[in-house]
Amino acid sequence: MGAVNDGPADDSHPRKSVTEVDHVAIRFAGDSGDGMQITGSKFTDTTALFGNDVATFPDFPAEIRAPAGTLAGVSGYQVHFAAEDIFTPADEVDLLIAFNPAALRANVEDVRGHGMVIINSDAFNKKSLQRAGYTDDPLPGLRERFNVVEVPVTTLNREALQGLALSSREVDRCKNFFALGLLLWLYHRDLEPTARWLASKFKADVLEANIRTLKAGHAFGETTELLPTSFLVPAAKIEPGPYRNITGNAALAWGIVASAVQLDKPVFLGAYPITPASDVLHEVARHRNFNVKTFQAEDEMAAASSAIGAAFAGHLGVTVSSGPGFILKQEAIGLAVMVELPLVIVDVQRAGPATGSPTKTEQGDLLAALYGRHSQAHLPVLAPATPGDCFHVMLEAFRIAVKYMTPVIVLSDSYLANSAEPWRIPDVESLPRATVSHPSSDAAESFRPYERDAELLARPWAIPGTAGLEHRIGGLTKAPVSGNVVYDPDNHEQMVALRYQKIEGIVRDIPPIEVNGPDRGELLVLGWGSTHGAITAAVKGARERGLDVSHAHLRHLNPLPADLGDLLSRFRRVLLPELNLGQLSMILRARYLIDIESFTKVAGQPFKVVEIQTKIEQMLEESS
Amino acid sequence: MAASPEAPELSRKDFVTNQDVRWCPGCGDYSVLANVQRVMPELGVPRENFVFVSGIGCSSRFPYYMNTYGFHTIHGRAPAFATGIKITRPELSVWIVTGDGDGLSIGGNHLMHAIRRNLDVQILLFNNRVYGLTKGQYSPTSALGMRTKTSPTGSIDHPIDPITFALGSGATFVARTIDVDASHMQEMLKRAHQHKGTAFIEILQNCPVFNDGTWEELQDRKSRTETALVLEHGKPLVFGAPGARKGICVDHGVPKVIDVSDDQAPEAQGVVVHDENAPPSYSFALASLARPEFPLPVGVLRETEKPCYEAMVEDEVQHAIESRGPGDLRDLLNSGDTWEVEG
Repeated sequence: MGAVNDGPADDSHPRKSVTEVDHVAIRFAGDSGDGMQITGSKFTDTTALFGNDVATFPDFPAEIRAPAGTLAGVSGYQVHFAAEDIFTPADEVDLLIAFNPAALRANVEDVRGHGMVIINSDAFNKKSLQRAGYTDDPLPGLRERFNVVEVPVTTLNREALQGLALSSREVDRCKNFFALGLLLWLYHRDLEPTARWLASKFKADVLEANIRTLKAGHAFGETTELLPTSFLVPAAKIEPGPYRNITGNAALAWGIVASAVQLDKPVFLGAYPITPASDVLHEVARHRNFNVKTFQAEDEMAAASSAIGAAFAGHLGVTVSSGPGFILKQEAIGLAVMVELPLVIVDVQRAGPATGSPTKTEQGDLLAALYGRHSQAHLPVLAPATPGDCFHVMLEAFRIAVKYMTPVIVLSDSYLANSAEPWRIPDVESLPRATVSHPSSDAAESFRPYERDAELLARPWAIPGTAGLEHRIGGLTKAPVSGNVVYDPDNHEQMVALRYQKIEGIVRDIPPIEVNGPDRGELLVLGWGSTHGAITAAVKGARERGLDVSHAHLRHLNPLPADLGDLLSRFRRVLLPELNLGQLSMILRARYLIDIESFTKVAGQPFKVVEIQTKIEQMLEESS
Repeated sequence: MAASPEAPELSRKDFVTNQDVRWCPGCGDYSVLANVQRVMPELGVPRENFVFVSGIGCSSRFPYYMNTYGFHTIHGRAPAFATGIKITRPELSVWIVTGDGDGLSIGGNHLMHAIRRNLDVQILLFNNRVYGLTKGQYSPTSALGMRTKTSPTGSIDHPIDPITFALGSGATFVARTIDVDASHMQEMLKRAHQHKGTAFIEILQNCPVFNDGTWEELQDRKSRTETALVLEHGKPLVFGAPGARKGICVDHGVPKVIDVSDDQAPEAQGVVVHDENAPPSYSFALASLARPEFPLPVGVLRETEKPCYEAMVEDEVQHAIESRGPGDLRDLLNSGDTWEVEG
């Protein structure tokens, strides 16, 4: 927790003191059926509306409902909010609210020393402690290390909901909103946004119950002697403008919808449900009035294939998946490379291989994105850095796809997918637009399906329904201009080279790399994708302590920016943290012959700021 | 879809490409290609609205030889590519060309789902009961015991019947024809095109190199009289030469062959009258008639109506636009909870 001051007297809670703090991290933890994700996200929405900078980290099990009360079933939602810029959900939390012993056991070691631990004391008994794997009562020991606050949440919730025509099961299901009400009191947050959301979701007695218990939780905070102080995190000073909360998956979905508008072309999304990418399909399916067609395919291959079919027919084809599904699409992506049709493939990476840890994050698919197809199948690869950036990267991916007539891969990951951040709503006027043109029947005499644009090397996108341009495409090697099937060896080599050059030429569209810090010096931390937040925070911290360290982040992973080699050569050392075993490091070493120092983590969790910061400090100590 | 009045009359030649056809001499595919090219001008569709989509295999080279839009895709997945094309451009006439290996082995799943969704497309499945392009391994329709390079002591795979597969997938139009029977095939192609929904045609096709004569008794005009049961809607299920005619009747729910006298109408002698629109149990019973016990049914086994997938997708979009108005990006980005940070 940041600097603690005695806050100003607060009119609404005159009986209790208010402590002003710079930033707070809290975690909600319970059974996967306890509604922790909803509770956490509603707290996040409210606190973002208040004007704090916010970063979240939902962490939930792969099982929908693991046996109640077990460690396997624990679901958590961490939210970090601050009066200043923050970049990560925080390495440790100031407050944990644990709905049962398993949630306590799985999370309590992430609470900072003397931090607050609120437990639902009703859920603590000999049996539940055993189920969580505790042999002795952990509370006496924990009281020595933390400020343990015992609140009988289940009982208080039941009391608040007396007289409603609900089953006892329905009543108990409301208890997360009692806890939310209590925390909204503890951090001086308004109940209004949550009440409004409840009203949009529920009706009649269920609505009444949730609102009543929310208010009861709030009132409990005001009156209980267990909590003598509440905390206020003032609004952050961030760039002025309109804001909203957004997760990476929602931003991807809106980026897809926005591409239809900005390129003035209908979109076709073919996808097969897979964690953690399904939300993109769910969200896009809600916005069909944007002239977007969604197709839940029979499998991943059909999802990719149908999107390529749509592209052949003249639509913006896109397919969304995660690792195992992405790999199944590779054959189809290879065909898209061969026939040179625009297509966007999104891989929301997850921890693998195989089923791995499907709800956990990783950056393990970079090499598969770059090289996962058979033979020489070069294509552009992009990676968003933050949840909000997913929106802009989608627009960029479609722009490249149609300009260069190529499939483009976007590498998001589970962490970006589910994390929320306040997002400055872009001005629609400022978003890039592009016009897509198809050859018309007027060109019938001169039309050749593989005649390339002299500069871009893109082939024309002639679409069915255009008289005189009837032509055939397919997976067989083509002649350069006519597109006729040819088996000549020199022709094959020429076509491989032409496609390669086309993709390499995209470098002309990539802006110079932005460096946070000096553009030369002792140490450059280079990252890509979702490590942006942790690296930014770690480098900021290190620079504040006077260390000579800079940060650059790659959005374009193929082709690489033209100035990357030069940038790397201007630093004595380069550190590359990534959530795999050093995939980008390997590529950059081979490409630039620079001894990149790889720093890796494959635990299914994002980097903690302290991990990168410690590494930076170690490296600079060695240097000095 | 009618051709616009000023559109020039098309002929077979308009559908022939300048590419050399590279099937083996004597391959049944030549005959199918010629018949398709002959039928195309009669369908009233502008040439630029035809799209031929194929997977991988001998038959899947088909699009290269059709002077229309064409897409030679990947093994087994032609139905999925065609689905993307048809959903986004319902006005196009989309034809899927596949084989017994492409469609029923590696692509069985896609074929099933395209059929069950009832996209308004035509599916031509060339069944030569062998893998041709990989040089002669047994296919999912090969007979039990067939000796090939991968089954030196005879295939131990129980074959699948394409017609039963299509019926089981809920096909709204199912037909069978023979590569050498030009007039019958043309009739089936026209019927398939007229049908609103997925039209599935199994084409019995000879592979002269790896499975020569597999359909010989059906290709030969003489023996065909005995081996084929030519289906006509509203007509009795009879076969055989005049004077020695036979018919199909149902005895305790089981199909049976009976002798039919020329003196009396076959239906009066208990012969079943073919009904393309009958409930599926009838179509399945018909599909179960197999050689050598029964003659093999050729013609339209089943035709029925169901809403088409691409039309329903289009309805979803139109409904969304009608109920919410055309999408506005600014409204979307500003929907839900937002706040203003003051400068």
